[in-house]
Order: sequence, then C-alpha cells, then structure tokens
Amino acid sequence: MEAVTDNLDLYWSGFLRSLGICVWALVGSLALGTVIAGFRVSPIASLRAFGAAYVTVLRNCPLTIVLFFMAFGLPELGINASFYTFGLLGLVLYTAAFVCEALRSGINAVSAGQAEAARAIGLTFTQTLSQVVLPQAFRTSVPPVGSVLIAMFKNSAVLGAFGVGRDLFSVSDRLVSAQGQEYIPVITGVAVGYLIITLSAGGLLALLERKVAIAR
Amino acid sequence: MRTMTFRATAAAAAVVLAGSLAACGGDDGDDSSAPEPNEDATFEAGTTMAKIQEAGTLRVGTKFDQPGFGLQGLEDDPEGFDVEIAKIIAAELGLDPESAIEYTQAPSEVREQVIEDGDVDMVVATYTINDERKQRISFAGPYYTAGQMLMVAEDNDTITAPEDLADNPDQQVCSVNGSTPSENIREYLASEDQLTLFDEYSQCVDALGNGQVDVVTTDNVILLGYVGDSDGAYKLVGEQFTEEPYGIGIKKGDTEFCEFINTALQDNEDAYLEAWENTAGKVEGTETPELPEPDACA
Repeated sequence: MEAVTDNLDLYWSGFLRSLGICVWALVGSLALGTVIAGFRVSPIASLRAFGAAYVTVLRNCPLTIVLFFMAFGLPELGINASFYTFGLLGLVLYTAAFVCEALRSGINAVSAGQAEAARAIGLTFTQTLSQVVLPQAFRTSVPPVGSVLIAMFKNSAVLGAFGVGRDLFSVSDRLVSAQGQEYIPVITGVAVGYLIITLSAGGLLALLERKVAIAR
Repeated sequence: MRTMTFRATAAAAAVVLAGSLAACGGDDGDDSSAPEPNEDATFEAGTTMAKIQEAGTLRVGTKFDQPGFGLQGLEDDPEGFDVEIAKIIAAELGLDPESAIEYTQAPSEVREQVIEDGDVDMVVATYTINDERKQRISFAGPYYTAGQMLMVAEDNDTITAPEDLADNPDQQVCSVNGSTPSENIREYLASEDQLTLFDEYSQCVDALGNGQVDVVTTDNVILLGYVGDSDGAYKLVGEQFTEEPYGIGIKKGDTEFCEFINTALQDNEDAYLEAWENTAGKVEGTETPELPEPDACA
C-alpha cells in the first residue's frame, strides 16, 4: 500500500480535478436535461421532434464516440477550445439525454389534472411546466436521476483519455508507468477515490429523497 | 480499456502502414540479416541461460505498437530494433532467432509485472533504465541512448528550446500519460495546465495538426518518425535535453543473465549496427548509434 500512502498528494490533486469535473458536469447536465425534457413535452411539434432526435442520437452513441467527436472532430471543423472544455461538454451532452428521460418519467407521473387545472386558471405552458408540473416531477424523479448522475461520476474517468488529464484515473497511469509502482494497490487507491465521490453522492441523494418525498 | 474504439482504429492504421513499409523494403535481406545461432553455446546448470536453452524458446516481452522498435504486422511476429536485439541474444543462447522466440505484448504499464510473474524471460520495449524501476527488476544494457526533444509546427518560431516553454504559458505541450517524457517536461512548464496528456503519441500529433496543441514531446526516435511522415509540416527544435538509456528488463538480481546479455551484445556489434540500419535507422535524420558501454550488473 506504500504506492498509495507515499503519493497521497498526487491522489488528492487527482481527486479534486475529478470532483471538479463531476460538479460542473452535474450542473450542466441537470440544466440541459431539464430543457430537453421541456422540449419533449412541449406543445410545439418542432421542439418535440428536436428533443426526440437529441435523445435518440446522444443516448444511443457510446460515450467514447461522443468524446471522440468533441476532442478530435470539433478541432477539424476549426472550433478550438481546451480539451477540458471539450471533455466536459461531451459528458454534459451525453448525460443530459439520460437526465431528460428520467425527468420525463417524473413528468408523466404528475396527473393530467394538475396541468389542466393550471391551464384553467390561465397559466401559459411555460408557467404550467415551471410552477406546477416540474416541481412535482423533480420529486418523483430523484431516484432515477440520481442513478444517472452516479453513472456520470463514474463515466468521468473516461475523460482522462481525451486530453483532459490529471484526473483521478490518470493518476494510476503516472504511478504505474512512469514510476513503476505495482498496479493493483495503485488502482485500488483510485477505486477508493471514486467510491468517496459516488458513495457520498448516494448518501446525499437518499437524504434529498426523504426531504422532498410527497406525502401520500 | 478506456479508448478501445480509438485504439482499435489506430492499431489498424499502424498495421496497414507497417505492412506497406515491410512490402517496400524489408523482404530482400531479412533472412540473411538474422544472426546465426551459436551452436556451441553451453551454460552451467541452474542458470537462466541453461533453463532457456533447455526449454528451447526465449520468451520476450516487447511493444507491438512502436514503429521502428517493436511493431506487429497482421500475422507476423513484431518487427523493429527491439525485436532484432532479442534475436541477437537468442542466437547467442544457441536458439534459432526466427522460430525460437515467443513474443508477448508488453505495453508500458505491465512491463515490470510480466517480468516479476515470470511470464517472459526478458523485456526489450523502449524501456528506459531508472531507479524506480530497478526496485522491482534488473536491467541489462543499455543498448541504445535516446533523448527527449520537442516537435513543433514548421511556422512556430516561439519555441526553440524547452526553456522557452515557461515564458510562453499559452503554448500547449502534449505527451503520453504516464510516460517518462511527460514527467521530464513538467519542470520546464509554467504550470500543469500547459500539459495535455493522451494515451498515444498519434493523438498528440493529430492535435498538433489542427492547432489544439503547439508542442509534442517525447524521445527523438519517435518524433523523427512523425517529422518524416509530415511532408515538412513539423520540425524538431533544440537539443536532446534528457538521456534515456534503453535497457533490457530481466528478473531482479539475475546477475549472470545480465552479464550474459551484455557480453552477447558486445560480441555482436556488427549485428547490432545492421539491426539498427534495417529498422529504426531507416527513418531519415536518425544517426547510427554506437553500442553504449553496459552498466555494471547488480
């Protein structure tokens, strides 16, 4: 275990880098996923079609391919940004498709009477969605959205291969290949780092679920 | 694991390239260039050499994706300078270098592991000798001294030496995650943000091509291959700023085997030079090396 204990500072910096990626991707994918879910239930046909197409494409492509298009495709088109931005954007776009679908299941669980009542008192579609339907939908979708987010935290390990670097997973490459440390203890240390992120996220989600549970 | 799709594509591309290269120039002299097995080789019972000779095969770990050093074609055994070095040693053991070597892929992350586990008798895989690695295994050699350099686009006048990097923090430097060059370059950078890391050098070269990064750094022999392929789009700048002695990895503490390998190389200097000319030496701009003095075996 010396491989881990001697390099705690390296693990710590990798952990912070990965945590940063996770937090930004969480914010981004929740925001984008909510917008796309709104598109998919909107009364405007073209928005619904866009939402459906977005989900179909992004949900059915492997993440590595999405990231590949970001990191190597966009620069070919003359769009230049840092690989960190590309990687984060790829992760957000990919995860938003899953967030959208999980949220939509929550929207469908809100009884039609709620939306009809909102319309009856003169609320517009946007008001109905944001004031009446979504607040209830979020509550019911905490478990599925939570699962999607935890999967995303783990998926963030892939970004290291697309030029983002210095994340928790890349720490193992540095220790094993450059310093010649044993693989198993090093990679176990990496696993512990990800577990700290995912287990605490799971704990927070359980708290949130209890807090926002709808009393029936 | 992480970039399976890309790796598969890159490997396929590399394989196609290697195939076409071999078809162009390799076939004519290959058979005669292989060293003749040393028929009178006898070894004291119990030594690694005696065990290998008895087994009749030399198990060699090498890279399968390093042009010029160890690159596997579609079906054939890998080809390259590292492979030729293994053949010289096999011949000195009294084995047929063409048929009695069993190759195992040994990418950077598993090189120590396969030696420790006894999966291979030795690793010849652009393997830089350093103290961290010596904790787990022993090295024979060195048989070649590479050096780290910088590759930039032809029109880049900003970077002329590694010392320029810290003064130009907007210049992005690319290398491979976990490689010795990526560790060496860190001291020249303004901050860690200046470093972009990929799994393969080919990705760095792509990124250089479309302007995502400005500098690619690794051992000169690898960069020269890319400069040669670029039609003048890239150039090397500055001097070699590190020494990377490539050694042959063997079981820790096997002094007899280490001394045997060193003697085998010293006795076959002609074969060594010929091996270079037929493999890595084909790249334009490379200088034929002299066989370095071996380190003391410990």
